Amino acid sequence: MGEILLTVGVVMLLYVSWHTWIGDAIVQGEQHAAAQALADQWANENDDQPEASPPATPAPNDEPVIPVLGDQKHAAVFGIMKVPRFGADWQFKIASGISRPDILDRGEIGHYPDTSMPGAVGNTVYAAHRWTSGAPFDPIDRLVIGDAIVIQTKAGWYTYRFRSLEYVQDTQIQVLLPVPNEEGVAANGRYLTLTSCAPKLNSLERIIAYAVFDEFTPTADGPPASLTGGVGA
Amino acid sequence: MYAALWRVLPGPWWVRVLILLVLAAVILYLLYFYAFPWVFQTVWPSEESTIGGGG
Repeated sequence: MGEILLTVGVVMLLYVSWHTWIGDAIVQGEQHAAAQALADQWANENDDQPEASPPATPAPNDEPVIPVLGDQKHAAVFGIMKVPRFGADWQFKIASGISRPDILDRGEIGHYPDTSMPGAVGNTVYAAHRWTSGAPFDPIDRLVIGDAIVIQTKAGWYTYRFRSLEYVQDTQIQVLLPVPNEEGVAANGRYLTLTSCAPKLNSLERIIAYAVFDEFTPTADGPPASLTGGVGA
Repeated sequence: MYAALWRVLPGPWWVRVLILLVLAAVILYLLYFYAFPWVFQTVWPSEESTIGGGG
């Protein structure tokens, strides 16, 4: 009897170790590998395509054309998020939708389906776990103003720059608006918003990170300086 | 329980230790990759990171 109780106790401690550290490490490893494989695949597919002829003498004052993805099917993986501040290896797949079992609990970052796609005028909003399931947004509170939040798709890299953090109730859906928290205001710029739970280890509130669009870099041009240049102090 | 397990294992002591190590590794793998994720999802459904209760 004593041995059985001891065994149960050890298994419980093992669960705690999984929940706190090991599970995250496992999912992070899987996600990093999967995201890297996807990025490599995109690079290869773009290599296979014939070189697109550059547009004839683009007018210097023209707004650069930013490609925008169409609507995605639920759980379709359409991008990879990279944030140099979180580490050079930090990258997670982005899937369409914010349901838990098939997206967030697998360590993927979820895109709110009713918000804009990256690069579009409006607000592109993402959710991810802050602890457990790979905890993609665990370091979200370490962002510094100006930090790059980069979304890679097959077309290229969308660089957003972090502006501010906020803590809100989970009912404050205004953070999802085209201009975050501005009701009745038409979309006037390109915003990115991240949502996760706060404080860590419970879900009483939500932590929100806001960013604004900086630049788009086509895949053919190679990774942008926002990814290769390192992070500031 | 463990004494009985030790007795039913065949071979000299180092073969038994080897078998037990492999057994432990298999059990740990099943726990970490299947049992614990299942426990987390079924027993602990409250960890939410989204706005508006959308899942």
